[in-house]
Amino acid sequence: MKAKVHVYLKPGVLDVQGKAVEGALHGLGWDGVSNVRVGKLLEFDLDGSDQEAAKGELKAMCEKLLANTVIESYKVEVA
Amino acid sequence: MALKAAVLVFPGSNCDRDCKTAVETTVGGKVEMVWHEESTLPSGLDLIVIPGGFSYGDYLRCGAMASLSPVMQAVKAEAERGVSVLGICNGFQILCEAGMLPGALLRNAALKYVCKPIELKIENRNTRFTNAYGNAQTVWMTQGNGDGNFFAEPDVLKDIEDNNQVVFRYAENPNGSVNDIAGIINKAGNVLGMMPHPDRAFEDALGSADGAPLFQSIVNALQTA
Repeated sequence: MKAKVHVYLKPGVLDVQGKAVEGALHGLGWDGVSNVRVGKLLEFDLDGSDQEAAKGELKAMCEKLLANTVIESYKVEVA
Repeated sequence: MALKAAVLVFPGSNCDRDCKTAVETTVGGKVEMVWHEESTLPSGLDLIVIPGGFSYGDYLRCGAMASLSPVMQAVKAEAERGVSVLGICNGFQILCEAGMLPGALLRNAALKYVCKPIELKIENRNTRFTNAYGNAQTVWMTQGNGDGNFFAEPDVLKDIEDNNQVVFRYAENPNGSVNDIAGIINKAGNVLGMMPHPDRAFEDALGSADGAPLFQSIVNALQTA
């Protein structure tokens, strides 16, 4: 299975990278851009074929290592 | 009796020797360097220092990998026994990632690496890390980090403030930290995390000796215990 884990700063936590990217996009003329958030995408292969079980494992990985839930939220996908 | 200390060393630590020298010079402590793969610490420690640097290259998040290293499991056990733990800069990040201190350190608000002398207000002088500061209201240390912007959710922040866990505040906030927080202690009072470096400000030749009383405080606390 292919796993994808998206990690972002929680809403309300200042994303200074997002702000900087937004400023740069405005500078290039894309004035309609707002609320840019810069996150991380982790991709990996996962043994097994039970997608629901895999999602449970991915969430455990996020809670233990892949995200810091004090400041970050995450979303998992399996395909 | 000389203070017995351990300084942890991770791949990417760069203030480990500064910390060793600071403890030796300020209080004549006996210091052992402990590699991150060790699962046990020397016996009879009075102090464990988690130094600054870029452990594991700051991969994933600052301090995330180091917080899971074998030696940190031993540090947690020692902390629960009441041994003093001092995390400086990356050490503070590691303590937050390990769940030994509340909150987290975000990227600096101005997106800049902040590297300069910095003035700190002593908020709590009744700790085992600050009892030797006497009536000093502010002290100078140095700051050097890209992710020093302390953050905690409002309810956690209130808890930190209500319990007098803020030990140092910035006189002028350099990085966007909530409530100007530069250093906090755990509820039990034996684990301190701070972004400024007492280990780079322990004698006049370094520009400030204001970090020295922090190490003296630890010795004082041991003698009165």
